[in-house]
This record gives sequence, C-alpha cells and structure tokens, in this order.
Amino acid sequence: MSALPLIALVGNPNAGKSALFNALTGARQKLGNYPGVTVERKAGRLSLSDGRPVELVDLPGTYSLSPASPDEQVTRDVVLGRQDGEKRPDALILVVDAANLDNHLRFALEVIALRLPTVVALNMVDLATRDGLELDAAVLSRELGVPVIPTVAVRKRGLDHLRKDLESLIDGAAARPRAPSVERDFDTLRSEARRIARAAIVRETPSRRLTAAVDRVALHPVLGLLLLLGLLFIMFQAVYAWSEAPIAMIEGLAETAGNAVTGALPDSIFRSFLVDGVINGVGSVIVFLPQILILFFFILMLEATGYMVRAAFLMDGLMEKVGLSGRAFIPLLSSFACAVPGIMATRTISDPKDRLTTILIAPLMTCSARLPVYAVIIGAFIPARDVGWGIGLQGLVLFVLYLAGIVGAMLVALVLRMTVTKGKSGGFLMEMPKYQWPRWQDIVLGLWQRAFVFLKRAGTIIFASTVILWLLLSFPRVPDDNPASQVDHSIAGRIAGGLNVVLEPVGFNRDISLALIPAMAAREVAVSALATVYSIDAGDDEAKLERSLGERLKDNWPLPTALAFLAWFIFAPQCISTIAVTRRETNGWKWPMFMVGYLFVLAYLAAGATYWTATALGLS
Amino acid sequence: MPLNECLPLRLTELPLRQLAYVDIIDWNALSETDGQRLREFGLCEGASVETLNHGGIFGHGPIACKVGRMTIAMRRNHAAAITVRAGPEGTGPEGEAA
Ligand SMILES: Nc1nc2c(ncn2[C@@H]2O[C@H](COP(=O)(O)OP(=O)(O)OP(=O)(O)O)[C@@H](O)[C@H]2O)c(=O)[nH]1
Ligand SMILES: [Mg+2]
Repeated sequence: MSALPLIALVGNPNAGKSALFNALTGARQKLGNYPGVTVERKAGRLSLSDGRPVELVDLPGTYSLSPASPDEQVTRDVVLGRQDGEKRPDALILVVDAANLDNHLRFALEVIALRLPTVVALNMVDLATRDGLELDAAVLSRELGVPVIPTVAVRKRGLDHLRKDLESLIDGAAARPRAPSVERDFDTLRSEARRIARAAIVRETPSRRLTAAVDRVALHPVLGLLLLLGLLFIMFQAVYAWSEAPIAMIEGLAETAGNAVTGALPDSIFRSFLVDGVINGVGSVIVFLPQILILFFFILMLEATGYMVRAAFLMDGLMEKVGLSGRAFIPLLSSFACAVPGIMATRTISDPKDRLTTILIAPLMTCSARLPVYAVIIGAFIPARDVGWGIGLQGLVLFVLYLAGIVGAMLVALVLRMTVTKGKSGGFLMEMPKYQWPRWQDIVLGLWQRAFVFLKRAGTIIFASTVILWLLLSFPRVPDDNPASQVDHSIAGRIAGGLNVVLEPVGFNRDISLALIPAMAAREVAVSALATVYSIDAGDDEAKLERSLGERLKDNWPLPTALAFLAWFIFAPQCISTIAVTRRETNGWKWPMFMVGYLFVLAYLAAGATYWTATALGLS
Repeated sequence: MPLNECLPLRLTELPLRQLAYVDIIDWNALSETDGQRLREFGLCEGASVETLNHGGIFGHGPIACKVGRMTIAMRRNHAAAITVRAGPEGTGPEGEAA
C-alpha cells in the first residue's frame, strides 16, 4: 500500500477520465470515443504544483454506484474503499461532460453525497461550445458545494487550476462537501441534477448538430450498412495496396543483411543461426509490420471517431439472433487487434453467460498476429490481379478469411447459447457518443505504441521461439556422408514426422506440422518457423537461397494444402496469452480448456473440409 | 396539434424524428439491471424522447433515440416497454411548466 495521498478519477463513461489521467500523469492510457474503454483501475503519479507526489488512479466509467457489470464494480469498490489491499481515496476528481450536464450531474450528486473531498472537472467544454452551450462554472460550484474547474483534457486546458485545487483538498484546506445527510432517492437526484443544469446553462444557441446529421446516414438501415461494409472493404484493400512499398523496403534490408552476414562469416553453425534463425526467421515476421499498422490505423480511427458504437448498432440484429448482447460487438471488434484486450473488454457486459460466450468466441476474430500467416500464404498462392472494378483478388481473399472467422464466431455463439451458456438473451443498452474528428497526435501515438509492441514481440517471444526451433532443427547434425536432409534428421523434424500422422489426412505436410507447435507461443511464429525450415533446407544452395519464402512455399506445397492451412488458421488454436487471460477472466481452467478443445476440433475439420473439397475440384 | 398525435404509442411505433415525451414505462417488463440502466440514461415518465433511426434492414434491429441530450441505442423489447405521447416535453404529467 502506498503512503502517498490517493486521488481517484470518477465519472460517467466517456467523460474523459483517462484523457485527464494522461494529461495529469504523462501516462499513455488507452482513450477511445465510446463508453467502456477503461475496464480496470490504473495508477499513476501526479505532481502537485509544489512538486509533492500524489497517486492518481484512473477508473472505469460508471453511471451510478450500483454496478451492473464487472468493470463498474471496480469503480464502486475503489470509491467506497472496499478494494482489497487499497485504502479509500483521500480525494476524488469527478469528471463531468459539459455537453451532457443533466445526466452526468445526477451521478455527480451521488458521488458528492459520499462526502469525500471532491473537485469537479467540467470536461469537454470545447464540445459544449461546439453544441452552442455556454455554462457558468461558478453557479455549478455554488450549487454542488464543491470546486468546479472547466477543462479540456485533450488540450491540457484547466490543468494548473485543477492541480491547485487538488492541493488544497489534500491539505484539508478545502471544506468537505456539505451535501445533505439524508439519503436522496434516484428521482430526487435526477430532478436536482436537472435544476442545477438549467441554472448553470447561461445560454443555449441551437446549432447545427454534426452528430445528428452524420447519424442520419450512419445509422440508416441500408445506407449505414453499405457504409460499414464499404469501410471494411477499403480497410482490407488498403492492407495490400498501401503496404507494397514499405514491405519491399524491409525485405530489401533483410536480404542485404543476410548477404552481408553470409559474405562476412565463414560457413559455421553460428552463421546458420544468424542467417536462418534471426534474419530469415524473425525477419520474415517483421516484414508484416506495415500491414499490421495499416490495420491498426483503421481500428484506431473507428475507436476515436465514435463510429464504433454505430457499427455495434448496425450489427445488433445479428448479435441478437445468435443470443449475444449488443455490447459484445465492441470486445469482438477489439479482438481484430488482439484477443487479449478484447477478452478484457468483455468486463463491460453485465450478464455473466453473455460475457462468457463473448470470451469464448473472441479468438475467432482474426487477430493481427494471424495477418502475417494469411499474408504469406495469400502472397504465395493467390495471384495479385484485379477481379474487376479495381478490386484486388488478394485483398478480397483476405476479406473472405476475416468474414469466415466472423461467421464461424456467430455460429459458435448460437450453439453455445443453446447449450453450455444457455440463458436469457442479453440486451443492448448503450450510449452513443458524439462524433469527434480524431486528433492526429493520438493516432500517431497509437500506431507508434502498436509498432513498439509488435517489434518487442518480434524481439522476444517470436525471436525466442524461432531460436529454439532453429536449435531443434539443427541438431543432431546430419553426417556429411548421409543423404538425408538436415531437417528430416533433426529432433524437430522427427517430432513433426510423428505429428504429421495426425495432420496428413487434412493435407498438411511435415513443414506445417513443424510450424504449428511453436505457433502456440505466438501465431506469427508459424511464418518465422517456415522461413527457418526452408532456410536450413536450402543450406548452401544459391538458387534456393535466392528464392523468397513465398516462392519456396509455392514450390513445395500443392494449392489444396495452402488453402487448408489458411482454413486451419481461421480457427487457429490459441496462443498462450489468450489462454492465460481467459483463465484469469473466468477464474479457472475449465473454460480455457474448453475453448482450446473446441477450436482445435473446428480447425481440424475446417482444414480437412477445405483440403478434400479443393482436391476434389482438382485445384492445384 | 391533431388529436391522434396525443394518443399513447409504444416507442417502437413512434415515427422517426417526432418529438414525444414518455408517458409510462412498464418497469415490470424490464429486468432489474436493464430498468436501472434506462433510468440512468434519463428515461423516466415525462422525459422527452425522439427516435432517430431503426436499425436493421428487416426492421427488427435496435432503435436509436434521443433522450434529453443523450443518444442511446436499445433493443425493441426494451423500447416496447416504453409508452410515449407525441408532443414536446412539459405537456406530460410530470413535466415542469417552464
Ligand atoms: N473534444 C474533447 N474531447 C475529449 C476531451 N476529453 C476527452 N476527450 C475525448 O473523449 C473520448 C473519451 O475520453 P476517455 O478519456 O477515453 O474517456 P473515459 O472517461 O476514460 O471513458 P471510459 O474509460 O470509457 O469510462 C476520447 O476520444 C477523448 O479523446 C475534451 O476535453 N474535449
Ligand atoms: Mg477511460
């Protein structure tokens, strides 16, 4: 337990608590223009104007102190001092959206009634101004009985003032709120909030509301759906169209590095380690950084503009049919980046069975780690040509693979909701935020963070798995007089040979079996593993070394095998971090084991069905 | 105002962008958490509402509506529990005559 004074940020969802937290502490918590971005408590250090440190905690947003979902429970527990191992906050920063006063003031009154030293941050005054609202903070402060400071968290406006007021709160110089001690019921609080809001609004000029205008199209049953599909489609085309040049550059760099090392070092096991394991292995994954960043760019834009909840609205009919809550859409969409934050985000779902179903299907959303695998196979086997109307075939196939994951997830949800997670169907009650034009700093910072995380993964887990695989592939050395290949002779080759007995019926070859095991550590490793296998296989053969991973795959795999491999990865068995987070969020091993089991079965069947069909159709 | 506009309607039947106020909410038709969430969104007898869009191509999707200054989405089963009357806020039983 820290001895520093503890200050907590509370307020309605999407009021700007995390933005304020970042502005005050210099942290880089995730922001997003939709309710339910923050789902757990996060602590940081804040310096008061005299330099004294204070511990600041960012909390999930909530509409009242009666929680409806696991994330809201955290807020209630922290504010009431019921959180294990943590003292009750010494003071609160109550964040209120200036453009939605009536509603946010009701919760503010509920919190002020707790009589903790409190300061109100009247945030988003810029948006209120945009909507033609002019507010009087002094009136608000008088009515609420606590200091009220207008802020614009994302522009760091009002922060000095806020710090100064926090100082007097911590020092006990400011009086505690003089809220009435009688308990007021919900309706009383609401009319009180309305009265105060009306008093605080100095002027209201009706203005053209951007949000309403955009929503006429964005929420329209036909136009809205076309817009959503259009956006998704552009996203997948862009993943290919925009990434060509940067990918070629990275590939060029890797090749130069490989040649330099080959030229500089004598043929040795160490050189093989550098060239086969590090440069060709890990390098084969890093090549996909541009595509991953393009994908993230779109996801970040969706999150920052406020379109996310609109997409959830459009897709809710489907969610309802398969028995999911409309809220589940957001965790599922986050899972396109990675299932781990997606599964965390299910904490905003109130019904436990609803939430469990969402957790179980989250891994079916194609995470960004699967992108390299898809991209390598598509690049090798699907010709880069137009199918008409300027639509690239490769982007189209990628789109279909993502779609297959979504359809699979919906079908699985349907079955789960009728069997193991049977229960009454959830609802969809959600606030729609105002649209905001994303600030480019946020997008750039977001991309930089993703790039950093990806490169760190490449340097740690992907690197380590590839090195281990390289070791297992390189030993024991095949004797010079033995015509067997090094790969067949190695430990890994023999293990894969055994595994291949099971996988051969679905069209997999030894190399795929080799790649699948280390891919459990991180899915991208499937790619680096294949690259290492072929790199070792090539040995000193100049002609083979010249060929890219894609070309070598094309030489070695029949088309049905490649398609089966893609199908396998739609359902790809879990990476270890997904299993770990599922265990934590479901409090036990039962559900993660269930998840891994069903995904394996589906992956096997999907690969098999694809292989047999493709073979029967005579594709090659 | 034509008489028929003052007849009670379910929120699901309210024409788009027609200003209305909540007449009655059938709290018993809602689960406790859902009822609470609706209240927290500011839905109560007398609150002004306006439907903005019906989602879903086949007309079975959720409904987007404005309640006070907030835009919220809800499914039809929830919207069906809310009875409204056309007309501006303040004409309702609980509305304050401003
Ligand atoms: N225009 C404007 N936008 C803001 C301001 N403060 C925050 N935002 C934006 O509003 C959105 C929500 O901000 P967050 O800080 O994520 O909100 P939160 O209160 O932490 O939300 P939850 O974690 O979901 O409870 C983000 O898109 C921010 O960039 C502000 O003062 N002005
Ligand atoms: Mg937050």
